[in-house]
Amino acid sequence: MPVDMELEAVLRPIQYEMKPYPPKVITLANGKKMVIRQAEREDVPEILKSVHPCLFIERDYYDIVSARLYGELLAWLRHRVKSEYCLMGQVDGYLVGIVNGRMENEKVGMSYHTLAIDRGLRIGSHLFAAKMEYHMEYLDQDEVLIVAESPIGFRRWMIEYPLEQTKIPHELGGGDSYRLTRDIYFAAKPRLVVGDRPVPQELMDEAMADIKFADDDTIRERIAGLKGR
Amino acid sequence: MREVAVIGVGMIPFGRRDEDSLMDMLAYASLKALDDAGMGDQSVDAVYVGNMGGGIIQHQTAIASSLVDRLSMLPAAADTIENGPASGGSAVKNGLLAVASGYYDTVLVVGGEKMREVTGWRATDFVATMTHPQAEYVYGVTLPGMAGMFTRLYMEKYGITREQLVAVAIKNQEMGGRNPYAHVEMAITKEGIFEDHASIVNNPVIADPLHLYDACPVSDGAAALIICPLEKLKNPAKPPVVIAGFGQATDTQTLQERDDPTDLKAVTIASQKALEMAKLKPSDIHVAELHDAFTILEIAESEHVGFFKKGEGGKAALAGKTALGGTIPINLSGGLKARGHPVGATGVAQVVDIVYQLRHELPKNRQVKNAQNGLTVNFGGFGNNVLSFVLRRVEK
Repeated sequence: MPVDMELEAVLRPIQYEMKPYPPKVITLANGKKMVIRQAEREDVPEILKSVHPCLFIERDYYDIVSARLYGELLAWLRHRVKSEYCLMGQVDGYLVGIVNGRMENEKVGMSYHTLAIDRGLRIGSHLFAAKMEYHMEYLDQDEVLIVAESPIGFRRWMIEYPLEQTKIPHELGGGDSYRLTRDIYFAAKPRLVVGDRPVPQELMDEAMADIKFADDDTIRERIAGLKGR
Repeated sequence: MREVAVIGVGMIPFGRRDEDSLMDMLAYASLKALDDAGMGDQSVDAVYVGNMGGGIIQHQTAIASSLVDRLSMLPAAADTIENGPASGGSAVKNGLLAVASGYYDTVLVVGGEKMREVTGWRATDFVATMTHPQAEYVYGVTLPGMAGMFTRLYMEKYGITREQLVAVAIKNQEMGGRNPYAHVEMAITKEGIFEDHASIVNNPVIADPLHLYDACPVSDGAAALIICPLEKLKNPAKPPVVIAGFGQATDTQTLQERDDPTDLKAVTIASQKALEMAKLKPSDIHVAELHDAFTILEIAESEHVGFFKKGEGGKAALAGKTALGGTIPINLSGGLKARGHPVGATGVAQVVDIVYQLRHELPKNRQVKNAQNGLTVNFGGFGNNVLSFVLRRVEK
């Protein structure tokens, strides 16, 4: 698609400098190792392949979450969102989950979405925790504004941490924001934020090679199948 | 009393079945059992349905009346049996007695529950309605809470360890992975749920000292049996399995009223009665399905049935004695822990799984070689209403 760079300079939002998220590895309940690492903008077209089949899954609000995530990642790819980032979870090289968010300003973060492509392993919990870890420990922010679009998200974030209710509107719409402060984060960290660094080289090499994606049917079965979900 | 044979069994995959109503599930399982029995369009004399939550969760009562009509089995007699999580076992007992007495010849017993229609919180609250309304429920007790307190006492009295509980969870989820009807098919590892630091997130405490993987899931599902007098069986297509013995016993509703809350007297009495009626000893049992709503219950029940001495059940589980190939394989279906626990279905599903075992129909990775006798324990309340069945293979 032809791009008018003169106009782009006006349309593209400013970007804050963002320290990179150092990758970590987490042992899941099934013994598999999940590498969490930061996605590059160039990874987005490939990542969207795993988000796409979720657009048609009504269960647990996957359709809404994935539709919005799709738009957010596309906006990041096309430079239409300010200071966005995306973290990925990979097991055996396969993409199993995605989280994203952005910096609203230097001190306030805006949490976007958490999409677990493989379920029953608390992948969503681990990825959300990594997202909060990024905002608090690497972007050095004071607070993150969060909303939940599914009952599962509400239990995992608002109740488990527990987050502080505010009257601040969230840019995703819906209910008012909940807030993760530094105090809440560091109080919750010992029971919710895990992972080891550095990631062993062989695991990192596997994750950094071409991202593997399950086929659409497999993704739908993992999310909405009858079994164990 | 006539000897009663199970001539047909049916089960649908347990799990989250958003697309099926409670009646759909009961009907599917029933039709599978009728097919398995080779009954074609024949009807039955009576239908017994085990269900605990239809009135509360689905706002539907008289489930059996509805099912018998749905299955075009009118004017067969039909009764719904509600006995908490032992509803399925009670339905089997009522069907058994009806046939054994000579009053009915062919009976359909089906158990089912649809629990995923509500949130986990509401499902937990629904199950807690079986507790004492004034002495327990009003104080917020839940079954996981009760099981947590029971586990702590059991640990203190008998030295049960978390590692032993973890061994039960791993075994049952491994077996669930081999069972196409199981809710939870995901294998778990000791590293992932116990040893690694990440286990604090993977396997959080739900009711100290119990963790997430110590508890069964909340499930939808149904299972069914067709029973008839053994004497009426002519050239059965499949090896008949008889219900050789049953026992039922009750205990105080509240745990605190028991002399020793770790003593599951109703399990001991019910299983002893079942074994005595079958003229068997615990050591004659080749495979068992116990009510492991929590991992501690598999261990405790294995001791109260008499498979192990008190305090030895946990060690036995850790040593692999309750796994396939062990001295007494337990919950090779995955148990409640992995097959799932749609409460009204469980007591029936346990019998169905033992029938599969005794017919030698399962794949090698789940089949106890040459199993002849099996036992079930269906645990209602917190051990205040327990049913046990002993099943025996009859060679043609």
